[in-house]
Amino acid sequence: MKILVPVKRVVDYNVKVRVKSDQSGVDIANVKMSMNPFDEIAVEEAVRLKEKGVATEIIAVSCGPQQCQETLRTAMAIGADRAILVQTDVELQPLAVAKILKALVDREQPQIVILGKQAIDDDANQTGQMLAALADLPQATFASKLEVADGKATVTREIDGGLETISLSLPAVVTTDLRLNEPRYVTLPNIMKAKKKTLDVVKPEDLGVDPTPRLKTLKVSEPPARSAGVKVPDVATLVAKLKNEAKVI
Amino acid sequence: MAVLVLAEHDNASLKPSTLNTIAAARKIGGDVTVLVAGSGCENAAQAAAQAAGVAKVLLADAPQLKNQLAENVAAQVLAVAAAGGYGHILAPATAFGKNVLPRVAAKLDVAQISDIIGVESPDTFTRPIYAGNAIATVQSADPVKVITVRTTGFDAVEAGGNLAPVDPVQAVADSGKSSYVGSEIARSDRPELTAARVVVSGGRGLGSAENFKMLDPLADKLGAALGASRAAVDAGYAPNDWQVGQTGKIVAPQLYIAIGISGAIQHLAGMKDSKVIVAINKDEEAPIFGVADYGLVGDLFAIVPELIKALD
Repeated sequence: MKILVPVKRVVDYNVKVRVKSDQSGVDIANVKMSMNPFDEIAVEEAVRLKEKGVATEIIAVSCGPQQCQETLRTAMAIGADRAILVQTDVELQPLAVAKILKALVDREQPQIVILGKQAIDDDANQTGQMLAALADLPQATFASKLEVADGKATVTREIDGGLETISLSLPAVVTTDLRLNEPRYVTLPNIMKAKKKTLDVVKPEDLGVDPTPRLKTLKVSEPPARSAGVKVPDVATLVAKLKNEAKVI
Repeated sequence: MAVLVLAEHDNASLKPSTLNTIAAARKIGGDVTVLVAGSGCENAAQAAAQAAGVAKVLLADAPQLKNQLAENVAAQVLAVAAAGGYGHILAPATAFGKNVLPRVAAKLDVAQISDIIGVESPDTFTRPIYAGNAIATVQSADPVKVITVRTTGFDAVEAGGNLAPVDPVQAVADSGKSSYVGSEIARSDRPELTAARVVVSGGRGLGSAENFKMLDPLADKLGAALGASRAAVDAGYAPNDWQVGQTGKIVAPQLYIAIGISGAIQHLAGMKDSKVIVAINKDEEAPIFGVADYGLVGDLFAIVPELIKALD
C-alpha cells in the first residue's frame, strides 16, 4: 500500500515573526525554516506503518519554492522512500494545494494520505479536508491513533471534550494531531541516504492546476500589544488586587 | 443575501459556540439562517430559533447525521446551499466546524477564511496568523464566502427572546465511506474551557500528572475550567483537550491563571486576549510575566495551597 505525505516548509516554531513596517506581510528573510511540526508527525506515522508491514511505499510531497527540497530531504531522512516537489513561486493557498494533491492522488493512487492538521504559519487547518472533498474520500481529522487493517482505517480523533473513534473505508485522508506519535530524530546515516533518494520536480501546470490565490491579503498588522502588569509580593496582595482592582473574583 | 450558520450541538442542546457564530453572521448583515443537522435534535433547533437575530432555522433530522460525520454534514450544508441565496456560510472554528467546513468550501471551489476575529465588510475579514503574532486583513472575491469564526472574537448573542420558524429540510443520504465507532467524552461539572469565565491552567512546572490534580480545588473554588500548556500535555500531565494555545483551544476568559507555565509563543497565542492574566512561576524571567497583569514569583507548590486558603 502506498502512503502519500504532504509536507510544508514553514518558519520554525521557535521563531517569533515580525510584521513588516509597510504592513505587506511578515518578514521571513533570513529566519530559520523547518518542516511544519504536524507534518513531521505525519511522516513519522507513515514510516511506522511501513515498519509494521502495512505500507510498502511512502511518497513525500511539498508544494512551493525550490527550497522545499530541503523539507523533502528531511522527510526522506525520517523514512519516506521518494519525493515530489510541485515547484512554484506563486503564493499557495490551501485550496490550490488541495487541488495539486488531488491530481497527485489520481496519479499515484495512494491508499492513505496523511497530512498535518494545520500549518503553523497561516494556521488555516483546511488542506486535508479540502483534499478529501475534492477526491471524494472519507476523512479523519485531528488523529491521535491510527490503525489500518482489512481495507479500513480506524482512527481516534481529538475532539472538544474528549476522543472519538471513527472507521473509514480506504482510500482515506487522515490529519494528525499532537499526540499521534513523537517523531524520531533523524540520524546522520539516514540524512546521507536521503540525499540519494529520488526527488522529482513538477509544476502545478503539469498537473493541470491553476494555483492563483483566491484570497487577497490587504494588510498584515501587529496584534494589539499587551503590556506587562505588576509583580505582587504575596498571595494576600494578589487576592486583594483581583477582588478590588480587577474585580474578577 | 442571507447568511447560513451551521450550528454546533450535541443533538440534545445547542453549543454556546453557535451563539458566537450567529453574532459574526449579524455583523456581516442580511438574514441569518441556522442549519441544525443531527438526529433527534429538535431541542437544539428550538434553542437556535430563540437566539437573537435568527430569521429562520432549517432542521435536517436523520440517523445518518447523528454523529456529525464530516462527509454527511458537509453534504447537508451543500444541499441547503444549493437551494440558494446564501452569500456566506459560517461555522464556529471548533473541532466540529474545522472538520466540516473546508469540505464545503472545496466542493464550492471557493477559499475558506479560517478563524476570523473581525468583520471589516461583507467581503473583508481579519484573522490571526503565525500563532497570533500577526493579524491579516483578507478580502475574498469568491461568490460564496465560507468562514470559520473564532468564538472569542465575537460576543455571543442573547440565547433567548426570539421565535424564528423551524423548517424541516430533506436529509442527505449516508456517504457510506465513514462510520462512527464510539467516543470517550470526559464528564465534568466544570464549565467548558472556551466558554468559562475563569480558567486555571497548569504547565510543565507542575512536574507530574499527580501534582496537576492540586489545581482541582483551586478551579472548584473559582468555578473555573482547567487548561494546560502544550508542554504539560506533551508530558502527559493533562489531557489534550485541555490544551490552550495555537494548536489547542483559544480562550479569552475574564480571569486566566497560568501556573507553572513559562509562556511559549504557542501558548500565549491561545490566551493573551484574556481580560485579566495572573502568572505564578518560580522563574522571574519567564515570558509569561510579559503579558500578565499580576505576576507572583515563587514556588507554586507553596503558593497554590495558600491561594486556595485565601479564597475561602
